[in-house]
Amino acid sequence: MSTETLSKTPLHALHLELGARMVPFAGYDMPVQYPLGVMKEHQHTREQAGLFDVSHMGQIRLTGANAAKALETLVPVDIIDLPVGMQRYAMFTNESGGILDDLMVANLGNDELFLVVNAACKDQDLAHLQKHIGDQCTITALFEERALLALQGPAAVTVLARLAPDVAKMTFMQFKRVSLLGVDCFVSRSGYTGEDGFEISVPAAEAEKLARALLAEPEVQAIGLGARDSLRLEAGLCLYGHDMNTETTPIEASLLWAISKPRRPDGARAGGFPGAEQIFAQQQNGVARKRVGLLPQERTPVREGAEIVNEAGEIIGSVCSGGFGPTLGGPLAMGYLDSAYVALDTPVWAIVRGKKVQMLVSKMPFVAQRYYRG
Amino acid sequence: MSELRFTEDHEWLRTEADGSVTVGITAFAQNALGDVVFVQLPELQAYEKGAEAATVESVKAASGVYMPLDGDVLEVNPALQDAPELVNEDPLGEGWFFRFQPSDAAAVGKLLDQDAYDRLIKAQAEA
Repeated sequence: MSTETLSKTPLHALHLELGARMVPFAGYDMPVQYPLGVMKEHQHTREQAGLFDVSHMGQIRLTGANAAKALETLVPVDIIDLPVGMQRYAMFTNESGGILDDLMVANLGNDELFLVVNAACKDQDLAHLQKHIGDQCTITALFEERALLALQGPAAVTVLARLAPDVAKMTFMQFKRVSLLGVDCFVSRSGYTGEDGFEISVPAAEAEKLARALLAEPEVQAIGLGARDSLRLEAGLCLYGHDMNTETTPIEASLLWAISKPRRPDGARAGGFPGAEQIFAQQQNGVARKRVGLLPQERTPVREGAEIVNEAGEIIGSVCSGGFGPTLGGPLAMGYLDSAYVALDTPVWAIVRGKKVQMLVSKMPFVAQRYYRG
Repeated sequence: MSELRFTEDHEWLRTEADGSVTVGITAFAQNALGDVVFVQLPELQAYEKGAEAATVESVKAASGVYMPLDGDVLEVNPALQDAPELVNEDPLGEGWFFRFQPSDAAAVGKLLDQDAYDRLIKAQAEA
């Protein structure tokens, strides 16, 4: 893809000014790293605060008295009883139980829901919503209208509270309309790093002003997609298109926790989402393969796509995400494995450049999450 | 110590007093790779020119290091095992990769000299 066809976020000029190395990502020209480098950007986020431009992600508003009920027909998640001012993790499933995308859903009150979906899926997600629930609520894509910033790390709350003291009282997954520098923003206490932090939806025209103000705070560094990936991997968080896709169900992806109790077979509103039968059958009978954490026992990073074999050399799975964890201080990976091998500490072997590298099935997260739960 | 020679794959070569040749990657290459977290070094054996002799892993990706000329690898830098960051910190010194005996000693002198290499990276930066 040539540079001319890539979209730009409202912070594109700022990234260039900061000396970012830009790469194509999901159709956008995005900063993969700044002069600080991936390793130090990663560590800075874990120690202080990092500012990420995630404006490429899709923001969508659903409005109408039936919006929550309608959205429930597309996700295995409790949306009807999602409290006002709270956000929840969800996924769109297809008729076979595969995952079309994962997303965050927040309840703004007044029959208004706010969705954040993946950049690469946003157009198809919008079409999916319009096709299935377009007649039951009003669907507004805010793709051009709003930018999205993430401020992540232990100092994020101190920094953001300087602009709006009230955010310090928010707990993990709370969602609130907040005025920052006089600009009407949506703030959630959440993120994709395993750290405490916030995601801030801001009108596109005001995004650069807000980003510059946050970067001016002594604790804050701009962080690129490279560190975003190593941070989320250490936190054991899935990346759509790699750790799950239309060929993997929530059960195979080890995301049963994300299927809300009321939507499970014995729940008050059991089923009623695409692929429910297949997913419930898998929950009941087990699956042939599952996503697990993997810790290579050598220093060699094991990358996405590497085949995994058992002691006899038979292929039993493959790596879906892998790399190096700067906080962990070593390589780490996630992979799909034949269910006979998913018990903790089971030894398996990845094939890296023709050589076997031993890995142990590991619990996730690899680095403890530090969300603020009050 | 002789002057450095370079390949188009961003390796540097230095002929030592005993006729063996030390190989590493250039400052330009380490900067493009980013933080190096692992180096897989060659075996002590013969490699043909262009064969993938070593692999450098940065946080983001793996990249091959190719044998610059036909020859026998005599020694690898043991420090890179525990301190791969030396490739970033001192690419032309402590971050060397391996030493080899070229089959044709004269071939080293035919590689790019400093001026030619500087022109190459300038052209690549402008591309």
